[in-house]
Amino acid sequence: MASVTLKEVSKSFGAYDVLRSIDLAVEDGEFLVFVGPSGCGKSTLLRVIAGLVPVSKGTVSIGGNEVTDVPASKRGVAFVFQSYALYPHMNVARNISFALETARMTKAEIGRRLTKVAEMLKIGHLLDRKPKQLSGGQRQRVAIGRALVSQPKLFLFDEPLSNLDADLRMEMRFEIAKLHSEVGATMIYVTHDQTEAMTLADRIVILNHGSIEQIGTPRELYDHPVNRFVAGFLGSPRMNFTSVESDETGSTLIGPDGFKLSANHASVRQAVTLGIRPEALEIVSSDSSNCIKGIFERVEDLGYEQIAYIRLSNNTIWTVRSAGAIPAYDSGSKIGLRWKSEDLYLFDGKDQSIRIESFPQPPAIEVVR
Amino acid sequence: MRNREATTAWLFLVPLLLALTAVAAWPLARNVYFSFTDAFLDNPADYNFVGFQNFLTVIEDSVFWGAVRNTLVFTSVSVLLETILGFAIALLLHRAFAGRGLVRAAILVPWAMPMVVSAKIWEWMFNDQFGLINKGLIWLGFLDKGIAWTADPSLILGTVIFIDVWVTTPFMVLLILAGLQLIPEEIYEAAEVSGVPAWKRLWSITLPLATPAIGVAVLFRTLDALRMFDLSYVLAANNEKAMTMSIYARDQLISFQDLGVGSAASTWVFLIIGLIAIALVSILRLDRNAG
Repeated sequence: MASVTLKEVSKSFGAYDVLRSIDLAVEDGEFLVFVGPSGCGKSTLLRVIAGLVPVSKGTVSIGGNEVTDVPASKRGVAFVFQSYALYPHMNVARNISFALETARMTKAEIGRRLTKVAEMLKIGHLLDRKPKQLSGGQRQRVAIGRALVSQPKLFLFDEPLSNLDADLRMEMRFEIAKLHSEVGATMIYVTHDQTEAMTLADRIVILNHGSIEQIGTPRELYDHPVNRFVAGFLGSPRMNFTSVESDETGSTLIGPDGFKLSANHASVRQAVTLGIRPEALEIVSSDSSNCIKGIFERVEDLGYEQIAYIRLSNNTIWTVRSAGAIPAYDSGSKIGLRWKSEDLYLFDGKDQSIRIESFPQPPAIEVVR
Repeated sequence: MRNREATTAWLFLVPLLLALTAVAAWPLARNVYFSFTDAFLDNPADYNFVGFQNFLTVIEDSVFWGAVRNTLVFTSVSVLLETILGFAIALLLHRAFAGRGLVRAAILVPWAMPMVVSAKIWEWMFNDQFGLINKGLIWLGFLDKGIAWTADPSLILGTVIFIDVWVTTPFMVLLILAGLQLIPEEIYEAAEVSGVPAWKRLWSITLPLATPAIGVAVLFRTLDALRMFDLSYVLAANNEKAMTMSIYARDQLISFQDLGVGSAASTWVFLIIGLIAIALVSILRLDRNAG
């Protein structure tokens, strides 16, 4: 059993609140990812769980036992650091087995575990080397090996892949996912990379300014963000936003360039921001009906997809993502943008999502020229 | 091209080499030269070569060997105490606590004071009749009457060591603290999370990783202590129980005006310190640890 439960956990450094009343329940065997922008408190939250940072308020429980005042060395968790934190004066074998030396374990048992971990991570040929003789990827493997060898029920990863290059990152991502299915332990993983979050997580926790914005499966968060922050955080390029306002009758939302949405539902009238993902947009000719007008700025061709930058009449830049070829317009050309009404996201004055899928008769919004 | 670069490099080195020649190589050479003469300080121009006679005079003098013994005892005991204390205090100062900056600055005060001033202050504190130390010990009931710390031949060297430890421990603290601060915090956190107890973290992580810094500090302090002059001279003048090698050489040269024997004594001091330095560097393997 290694569930993790946080109750009203707060942490302040002086007057600065890093974590604000976090409630969180991590299930046994779950792969949970904390994601958020720099300074959102995700690393601090992980260190609170590890016991490296004491809480200012609230309680932490691991496996059903409250550990709020238990020191890190007695919590029985494994922590993988972004900097790897290998012992520079010890070789790989001793780096991995160091913690076992004081754990009342026979030499034979230590050797057996070391061999097993080395085999699992394919680092058997590196055991005699010092950390500085290893590449970044090899160091990360050793750091993971050091975590694995004590066979903990809870693994904590603090941005473990952010010092690696793109290829290695992908490879290690795959290895960590494989590790999770093999070991079956609970894993909590901090990253600022949404690809890592989306691909590894059973559930993602999105943090911002020390508070949880939303918890859910990657799909839930992508399809049903509860607020504008979550909507804008996941997805690359990020969701396009523009401000809208209600007309005097309250039945129509007016966007840039005189574009109109008939707003025949009470809650839609509260919308002040409209959001749409880049892949939901389609570029059409500027004289098409039911489209919003824009100026074609430039296109980025990534080979497998293309990203076009469109300037709206209110000077907002929107991106359009397309797997197929985007016609090569000249910079400055007038074009039109079109989308389906079910692709829309609306946010109220407090940036909370307006749930348009709950409308009585979808699609209740249409694009009116 | 390569030649031109080498020429430029040598050109840049010329001022340094000139300065070194003027302040180190030339005086040293002159010193060794005079070791082989019977020159006296009142008229150094008038001398004859006497071979190794001066060197023999020095090593046949029991006062010289007493000074060598004093210096070695002083050096080994004071450097050992300073290293242990310095490491312990550096560990304390390495922890974050309120007012750490102030404490770090305050701890440097003994080291920042001129040695002569420190020696005089302690001489008064150790005074057998008016000294604070005796007053305190009597008041606490440890003593019935004052001890002549700086006059008693059996205590004088201990007193010198005590004052030196007080004065130069901050230097050790500073060097070792700099070494401790190079150890990344996350290494300790990694060990802590994996359940490694605190004593093991100190023994297997802090100590090995701080060894290069401690080694450099020990080397500096040892070489410094071996040529110690001021403290003993101010405190005990010509008391043979606290006489160091440097004081012996100075006595020959200045007090007795014997340029030949004084130079020979200086040369012996130079050779002894040089040998110890070479031994120390190879024992500490400073170059390999640094790489």
